[in-house]
Amino acid sequence: MIRSFGPAEFTFLVEAARWTVLLSLLAFIGGGVIGMVVALMRVSRNAMLRNIAAGWISVVQGTPVLIVLFLVFYGLPFLGLRFPPLVAAALGMTVYASAFLGDIWRGCIEAVPRQQWEAASSLALKPAQRMIYVVLPQAVRLAVPPTVGFMVQIVKNTSVASIIGFVELTRAGTLMNNVTFQPFWVFGSVALLYFAMCWPLSVMSQRLERRLHAGRRS
Amino acid sequence: MPVVVAEDVRKSFGSLTVLDGVSLSVSEGELIAVIGRSGSGKSTFLRCLNGLETPDSGQIIVAGHALAPGEEALRALRQDVGMVFQSYNLFPHLTVGKNIELAPRLVKKIGKAEAADIARSVLAEVGLAEKYDAFPEQLSGGQQQRVAIARSLAMRPKVMLFDEVTSALDPELTGEVLKVMEGLSRSGMTMLLVTHEMAFARKAASRVVYFHQGRIHEQGPPEEFFGAPKTPELQQFLGAVL
Repeated sequence: MIRSFGPAEFTFLVEAARWTVLLSLLAFIGGGVIGMVVALMRVSRNAMLRNIAAGWISVVQGTPVLIVLFLVFYGLPFLGLRFPPLVAAALGMTVYASAFLGDIWRGCIEAVPRQQWEAASSLALKPAQRMIYVVLPQAVRLAVPPTVGFMVQIVKNTSVASIIGFVELTRAGTLMNNVTFQPFWVFGSVALLYFAMCWPLSVMSQRLERRLHAGRRS
Repeated sequence: MPVVVAEDVRKSFGSLTVLDGVSLSVSEGELIAVIGRSGSGKSTFLRCLNGLETPDSGQIIVAGHALAPGEEALRALRQDVGMVFQSYNLFPHLTVGKNIELAPRLVKKIGKAEAADIARSVLAEVGLAEKYDAFPEQLSGGQQQRVAIARSLAMRPKVMLFDEVTSALDPELTGEVLKVMEGLSRSGMTMLLVTHEMAFARKAASRVVYFHQGRIHEQGPPEEFFGAPKTPELQQFLGAVL
């Protein structure tokens, strides 16, 4: 029997969108933690750490998220590591986000003027103290707008998790389309729900950017 | 006994020789004004004295610390050597008070209350006691530079280095900074400053040093230095700037 697309069906999509939110949060937190390590390695004085981080960034940025996800979900079981779809998706998205956030944050750390390092050095601060008390607080300010902007990419890219059978918003949309055959209404609703999640982030990113520039002008 | 000793210091950036054998000895309480054309090596020399630049060869001893590679040795030296920069380099995310307290707290492990006392006293010394809670961007250039001086003073340095500290300031703001520096010198602080303020060098310096092509070309007490320059290079330089 063919169902028609009504309020109950829309509610199903909304409920699935909660998984999209959860997956986005996991990716952001995991990617944020590892991305921070990647960024710090990338600006380290140790050439080996710098090269490892640079390698990680270029390899991950040069690989489709989908392939990263396939590797985690289908590839790792061959090494004895088998994950449920949510965990596999979270891991794949973490890898993806860590490279991009690591690169964004490296740029922000490097954007703090060299003179700030010199002033901190001249005051006899240790390298870690210079980073923690002088450079990072300034880098964070610079990092907020592009980081929020990148969260939009994370939310949208969680849709690839549908391929490995994780029922998030996109997967829920295909399931619903299979029983209603009303792709316009189904995928229109899916698009609307993604927009409802991403648009506030975009607006926030633009506002933060404006505020940052206003701060610089004064 | 000299507080600063530099012996045949040499430094090149690639094929460009910036310091070509600089030797200088500074006694306690002296105010040395370093002048010269841009590119003559004067700023690089100053930056060598607290290890911001590493000389290729030669020896540097400041406040009893021999300049040696390695973080530990550098930090020991920098605790006794204050540096003030042309662009102030205050930490924009911290209040004036926190800017000053940061190094005493982190480096000297001084408690919060005592660090605040130190901050208030050095701020009073530069005439900005009321700016303790202000952020750097709320201050004028001259005030920011005085805070930067106070920040260095809070570490109780034995020597202070000033790298063109008034060059970025509007003319009407240089006076307040120079006044603070003059007061410091009178209180016995050993100071080296790279400067374009000839009038100040003439009035306040105990010795003026002229850098030319990576060397100390001529030096002497201000009356003699400005009144009767010996070398044609210095005569020409003074003719151009005075």
